[in-house]
Amino acid sequence: MKQYIIRRVGYSLLSLFLLSLVIFLFVRVTGDPVSLLVEPGASPEDIENMRRQFGLDRPLWEQYWHFMASLAAGDLGQSFYYRTPVLELYFQRLPNSLLLAAVAMALSLLIGIPSGILAAVRVDGFWDSAGKIFALLGLSLPSFWVGLVLILFFSVYLGWLPSSGSGTPLHLLMPAFTLGWYFAAAHMRLTRSSMLEVLGSEYIKLARLKGLPEALVIGKHALKNALIPVITLAGINLVVMINVAVVVETVFAWPGIGRLLYEGITFRDFPIVQGVVVIGGAMIVLVNLLVDILYALIDPRIRLES
Amino acid sequence: MAVTTPPIAAETASAAGVPPVALWRLKGFPLIPVMILLFIAFVAIFADVLAPHDPQIGSLARRFRPPAWQAGGSMDYLLGTDHVGRDVLSRLIFGARVSMVVGITAVLVAGGIGTLLGIVSGYLGGWADQVVMRVTDTWLALPALTFAIFLAAIVGPSELNIIAILGLVYWTRYARVIRGEVLSLKQREFVRLAIVAGCSKRVIMWRHILPNVINSAVVLATLMLGVVIVTEASLSFLGVGVPPPKPAWGLMMADGKKGLMVGYWWLTVLPGICIMLMVLSANLLGDWLRVKLDPQLRQL
Repeated sequence: MKQYIIRRVGYSLLSLFLLSLVIFLFVRVTGDPVSLLVEPGASPEDIENMRRQFGLDRPLWEQYWHFMASLAAGDLGQSFYYRTPVLELYFQRLPNSLLLAAVAMALSLLIGIPSGILAAVRVDGFWDSAGKIFALLGLSLPSFWVGLVLILFFSVYLGWLPSSGSGTPLHLLMPAFTLGWYFAAAHMRLTRSSMLEVLGSEYIKLARLKGLPEALVIGKHALKNALIPVITLAGINLVVMINVAVVVETVFAWPGIGRLLYEGITFRDFPIVQGVVVIGGAMIVLVNLLVDILYALIDPRIRLES
Repeated sequence: MAVTTPPIAAETASAAGVPPVALWRLKGFPLIPVMILLFIAFVAIFADVLAPHDPQIGSLARRFRPPAWQAGGSMDYLLGTDHVGRDVLSRLIFGARVSMVVGITAVLVAGGIGTLLGIVSGYLGGWADQVVMRVTDTWLALPALTFAIFLAAIVGPSELNIIAILGLVYWTRYARVIRGEVLSLKQREFVRLAIVAGCSKRVIMWRHILPNVINSAVVLATLMLGVVIVTEASLSFLGVGVPPPKPAWGLMMADGKKGLMVGYWWLTVLPGICIMLMVLSANLLGDWLRVKLDPQLRQL
């Protein structure tokens, strides 16, 4: 077990190292990083000063060392636009992102799990087909379009919901649904396949042979086991949601991390863009590590296998 | 390959009493999605002839005209005009070209890199495998859209950059799947015989392994087409994709957002429907191909 955890942690550290290397190199290989780091409209002297200040005249490995050292110290640079450290901005926006992701996740599970169960219990029936269409649409429709159409209907035509901003629970509804649909589709598919697998197992046959009512077999015996992979995926997806909400947050002007990233792009505020990507990547690497370790703790087959 | 058989030929074939095998192969053939894709491709190729107006030049005098069937619309501008008076229909038609070109080339770039690395890492094993797979893991750790935005923010918006970025972001999915297939192909008789016959590693990978993984690559490519098109549209929507005034569907929606609150629905709804039709069709075709061509990928 110890060995397994050490190896997993090693892989994750390697991933983080590669991640930092990719980000570091892409910025420097694809052009002059000063043009990204300096504010638009800066004078040539300013640019020269900047180059020295950021150490861009030094050898590449030294620059990388500096980059890593400041990352390790939690220094992601300063935003040009807001004139505050990127990390501070990030933590200001994080609660909003968490709130949106939590509601979107709740919606996606509320839709995904019951419809997945229905589809598995009635394979090839009406609900199965309806679920398939729902999932296919969820995975095919660009989320910003879903968002815009929702705004058109519920804000412009019906006037029921506010089209953008934050503050009340009503503000949350449309962005959460837009973000949640895609994930609802994924959760539905996984619930269905996992439920089908469980329903074919011996202990379910036994439960049925004992004469238990079907509702109890499915709702209690089967569901408990079928939900394990779904809950795992949901855990990972919660982190993914925070990081892919950029389009949805832009459409609804929701003040989260995604909106911060969008502002970083439009104001050419490169430290923000870099910071959001670095933190996002690191978050996902860590969650994957946690899931791997948790699985190994629960299931000895995994840790003995490799 | 059954896939390329035109649907019309299939119908006449059944009437002529061709063996049932041919029919079975076409069972569940996604006729409508394929026709939609062919139609979009046709529109993209002949955009110059089909478009009634210049997609990039408008006149402020006729901005925000509604579609022809609504009050105030005219037959000159069937689907209305946008915020600078450009014809929406013409922009949609030329937008098909952008989506098709970017989508297909990006999928080819991603497929090329991914298949190559998948074969090399799967066949050679050892440190090459370790390196490729660790890089793949890292790549997959980054949310694709965020990664693409990051790259686009560095290199700046252009069609060529978008293709390169999408290729760079999405090659990992091919690498994973192809590597898995190569690992099992490696154990097969024909590969062992090729080794015994003295074929070089390069010849084995190129002549013996590659033709056997092409099926999976094609299936993945079809499924990736939808993903790539949505990502391109999202990037354009955010302003780091295809640069204006080029008519890209995502860009049209970003522009259309300005007129949304006053009810100019056609500017956002129509390009969205185009994206939806194209992506849905690609996904349905991909699903069908997956089941037909590659039983191993069925659970994907």
